[in-house]
Amino acid sequence: MKNGTLIEAKDVITRFGRHTIHDGVSFSIAKGEIFGLLGGSGSGKTTLLREMILLQKISEGSITILGTNVTTTSFKMAECLRRQWGVLFQFGALFTSLTILENVSIAMKEYTNLPDWLIEKSALMKLSMVGLPPKVATMYPSELSGGMKKRAALARALALDPKLLFLDEPTSGLDPQSARAFDELIVTLRDTLGITVVMVTHDKETIAHVLDRFIILGDKKVLFEGTMASLKETRNEALKNFLS
Amino acid sequence: MKKQPPLLVSQSSEGFNVMVRGKWVKESIQLLQGTFTTLTCKPHASYRFDLSGIETFDTHGIMLLLYHIKKLEKEQCIVHTTGASDTFKTLFSICETHYPHEVPRPKKERMVLSFLENVGRTMVEGYKTLASFFSFTGELSHAISALFFKPANIRLKATLYHIEQSGAGAIPIILLTSFLIGVVIAYQGAAQLEKFGANIFIVEMITISAVRELAPLLTAIVVAGRSASSYTAQIGVMKLTDEIDAMSSMGFSPWNFLVLPRLFALIISLPLLVFFADVVSIFGGMVIASTRLDVSFVEFIDRIKETVALKHLIIGLVKAPIFGCIIATIGCFRGFQITSNTESVGKYTTISVVNAIFWVIAMDAIISVFLTELKL
Repeated sequence: MKNGTLIEAKDVITRFGRHTIHDGVSFSIAKGEIFGLLGGSGSGKTTLLREMILLQKISEGSITILGTNVTTTSFKMAECLRRQWGVLFQFGALFTSLTILENVSIAMKEYTNLPDWLIEKSALMKLSMVGLPPKVATMYPSELSGGMKKRAALARALALDPKLLFLDEPTSGLDPQSARAFDELIVTLRDTLGITVVMVTHDKETIAHVLDRFIILGDKKVLFEGTMASLKETRNEALKNFLS
Repeated sequence: MKKQPPLLVSQSSEGFNVMVRGKWVKESIQLLQGTFTTLTCKPHASYRFDLSGIETFDTHGIMLLLYHIKKLEKEQCIVHTTGASDTFKTLFSICETHYPHEVPRPKKERMVLSFLENVGRTMVEGYKTLASFFSFTGELSHAISALFFKPANIRLKATLYHIEQSGAGAIPIILLTSFLIGVVIAYQGAAQLEKFGANIFIVEMITISAVRELAPLLTAIVVAGRSASSYTAQIGVMKLTDEIDAMSSMGFSPWNFLVLPRLFALIISLPLLVFFADVVSIFGGMVIASTRLDVSFVEFIDRIKETVALKHLIIGLVKAPIFGCIIATIGCFRGFQITSNTESVGKYTTISVVNAIFWVIAMDAIISVFLTELKL
């Protein structure tokens, strides 16, 4: 593994029964990069993301994250890995029986010895950072709209200042203005905290302005890996049209 | 190298100089918190924070620093920060703009007031539940009456599916429990009847109590435990995932698709289950009667024919569909009450089973009183 590479996938093969989703997918993500997983519906983007966060097993090949091979890692190492990343699920996946503030602060309560008042302040600061007013803190997820849930879920993903952030369609379901604010927030976080971001996205603006590099999945393989500029130079018309 | 404290305070003529150094991250937060005791707060003084020694930082460390700076500013101190790296400055200013000034707290409640509030809330909620239950049964009877004019709308396949799930699936457990109930009554009865030498009366005792009361009640309770809960959970989860809204928007009536098949399934399958239970509980009694009281199977059956009126069996079988109706209605009603969060699925499933069992027993008592008054 090259120095500065945070995630490396090598010849990943995923099968569900007889159905093959990925057939030899390889890519690598450098530290501090905002990396996109693109591709049409059903091309296995979310599956790939789930494999990276240890929610799903790959059939063959290997994925190495932060120097740990997730296919062969021990239970203890996996636990350790899980604390170093934050995940934003497509529909938020907030805990419905906890208030928003409790949702954001639960990881800090369980995994750090921060004093309670600081946890509360940090959690409220994170909520404000993602653009939620303080009054939502005492509300329950069911009382929020879809977009607000998503922001609250991002605040939860950021709670522990993770090194790695996995986002599954972060801007879908947000209005254009909030989507751009979201993009800005991601870039600022990367610039200040040095986190690495891996996201599945369909948002053209995000792809053009936020992503440093991306892969396009299709046909069970990686069709393209590189930057926006190099995509424009490619001869492959199908790929060019993918984003226009 | 000597480990330097993360906070070094020195006093000069202009005010306090504070050197901030080291790792300002969540892992070292307790150490950092401890060092703030060296920072005394003097109103109207000037503080100069030198941040050039900070090696690493995260939002939690910055929040801690911010909290103490804010505290100083509150005492009208003048606070300057110098020497921070650009990345630190950016994150620091983000944290500062989003620093929570007021922490939202739930209102404090007074004991007496909150007690009264709870009483009031419970009563209003009870009233609302009652009203919505009436509206549910009203809509249900409307849906049933609509079927009379259009019987083609009966979802036969779904009904059969639920008969299989709730009826046929319950057979093993019902057979087992009713057999055991027959055995238990026979044992208890045998001990008493032996004293009087009235062994043969075991037949009436078992047969009447089983077919008239125990078998229907027991079957209904088992079915309430199995099916009321599953109906509530199924419908509730469909509500949570907006499936019911999707159905309504496509013009499919949730009554025809969800409620009526379940209702009809229980109304049809409960009498059949009760009949099974009747037979097996009598058989259980017969086994004990022949071993303990020397009443042979043949004698037992002859005696049933002679002394036990058919009305007992009929009363038991007539009660069954009523119980089925109660169980299905409560199970579906509670399912539709589930909203918003996953916890309410558990809550309403429990309520639905408890309600169903209670109303089965209550209805049984009402019918008993009613029939006794009619001298049946």
